[in-house]
Amino acid sequence: MNLLREAALVAGKDLRIEVRSRVTVQQILPFGLVVLLLFAFALDPHSGTLSKAAPGVFWITVLFAALLAIGRSFSIEAENGARDGLRLSGLDSAALFLGKAGAVVIELAALEALLAAGVVLLFNVGLGGALPLALATVAATVGVAATGTLYGVLAAGLRVRETLLPVLLLPVVAPVLLGATRAWEAAISGASSDAWPWVALLGIFAVLFTGIGMLAFGPLLEES
Amino acid sequence: MPPVVRLRSAVCLLGRFPALAGVDLDVGEGEVVLVSGGNGAGKTTLLRLLAGLVPLRSGSAWVLGSDLSEDSKTHRRQLSLVGHETGCYDDLTVAENVRFAARAANVADPPEEEVLHQFGLTPLRDVVHGRLSAGQRRRLGFAIAMVRTPKLLLLDEPHAGLDAEGRAALDAMVAGSPAAGRSVVLVSHELERTRPLAAREVVLTAGQAHGALPESSRAVEGPATELREDTTQSGSRT
Repeated sequence: MNLLREAALVAGKDLRIEVRSRVTVQQILPFGLVVLLLFAFALDPHSGTLSKAAPGVFWITVLFAALLAIGRSFSIEAENGARDGLRLSGLDSAALFLGKAGAVVIELAALEALLAAGVVLLFNVGLGGALPLALATVAATVGVAATGTLYGVLAAGLRVRETLLPVLLLPVVAPVLLGATRAWEAAISGASSDAWPWVALLGIFAVLFTGIGMLAFGPLLEES
Repeated sequence: MPPVVRLRSAVCLLGRFPALAGVDLDVGEGEVVLVSGGNGAGKTTLLRLLAGLVPLRSGSAWVLGSDLSEDSKTHRRQLSLVGHETGCYDDLTVAENVRFAARAANVADPPEEEVLHQFGLTPLRDVVHGRLSAGQRRRLGFAIAMVRTPKLLLLDEPHAGLDAEGRAALDAMVAGSPAAGRSVVLVSHELERTRPLAAREVVLTAGQAHGALPESSRAVEGPATELREDTTQSGSRT
């Protein structure tokens, strides 16, 4: 119970900072929409390529946006010696991980809702198969946030963290991109039964990296 | 009663450089110890060692009952460190930063309003940290340190950037520490101002401490003997 209270404290702090700084709304969301728009320009709308590519484009855009959100999550800890403040705070390191990852999940969920609307409008696709679509989205978002938070703290103490984080993170979350894209393709095409194995894969990934993050975040924070 | 801080032959490396090269130090409950020394003498590293923020390379270090060679985290909830940076978030207000620190430390009935008043921050409670002046940020650092109700207070050049009112509030906080049972390790170059506040002065030179043990400790047994006894009992590394 104390773990959840402390995680909620950290998540609340991060979300309050995001609401006040408006980085997510004024920078990350426009970035995501621009990426979607560029794909819409680049792919031929008349050949059907656009609608076929929509799930993959959506999740690539989410991953790019996640890189910015995760980078932002750790840049606020780099100011004014806040990272040492967190280390001295007395908060449980697993709670720190859950709190920071939880805040990223909420930010990404809000972004995904708006980006999904952009996909529907720009790529002319309908979002059918609501249940597998929703579960795949939740599992993929948790997986990306957990992995990103783990690699974010790994890169946090380095001078080259902004460029290192994508290099470290993107290969690791490749299974999420694959699983989420396939699950979305199946759900959108009406073949929901084909989506469930991918949803299961995404769920396993999310649970695995959440567990690893809870164990490894503390030592990585101490070393960063 | 065991000392709040007990270092014996403590060595800390910054990279390959020994920032602390075999320091002995005792700080008793409610004792205020001034640490002086030139630039690069190891004063800040000493505070960071006591806070568990830098690893002990050799020797022994006990702080608030924790053996830092085994566990450098458990004691952190009972101490506060005010360094050169506040550890605050620019987009949170003064009150929000104080509240976050109090809740993170799980302090029952935290004295949020008291510490804001103590350091003249009540009128600034709704101002975000990013808009504070350097001196106001310093005061906020003290308020956050005190709202955690620490048993050990570590202060690194605390008078820097403070106006007369802020210095007076700081001095009152330090002077009131013995009565509150709060130990203070105070690093400062402003010796004329801080010497009257301290019960004892330790001079750090090239990572080594002079005057680090109280007269009673030195009279009973030497540091080397105490180190051997400690490591035998605790099994900690030397």
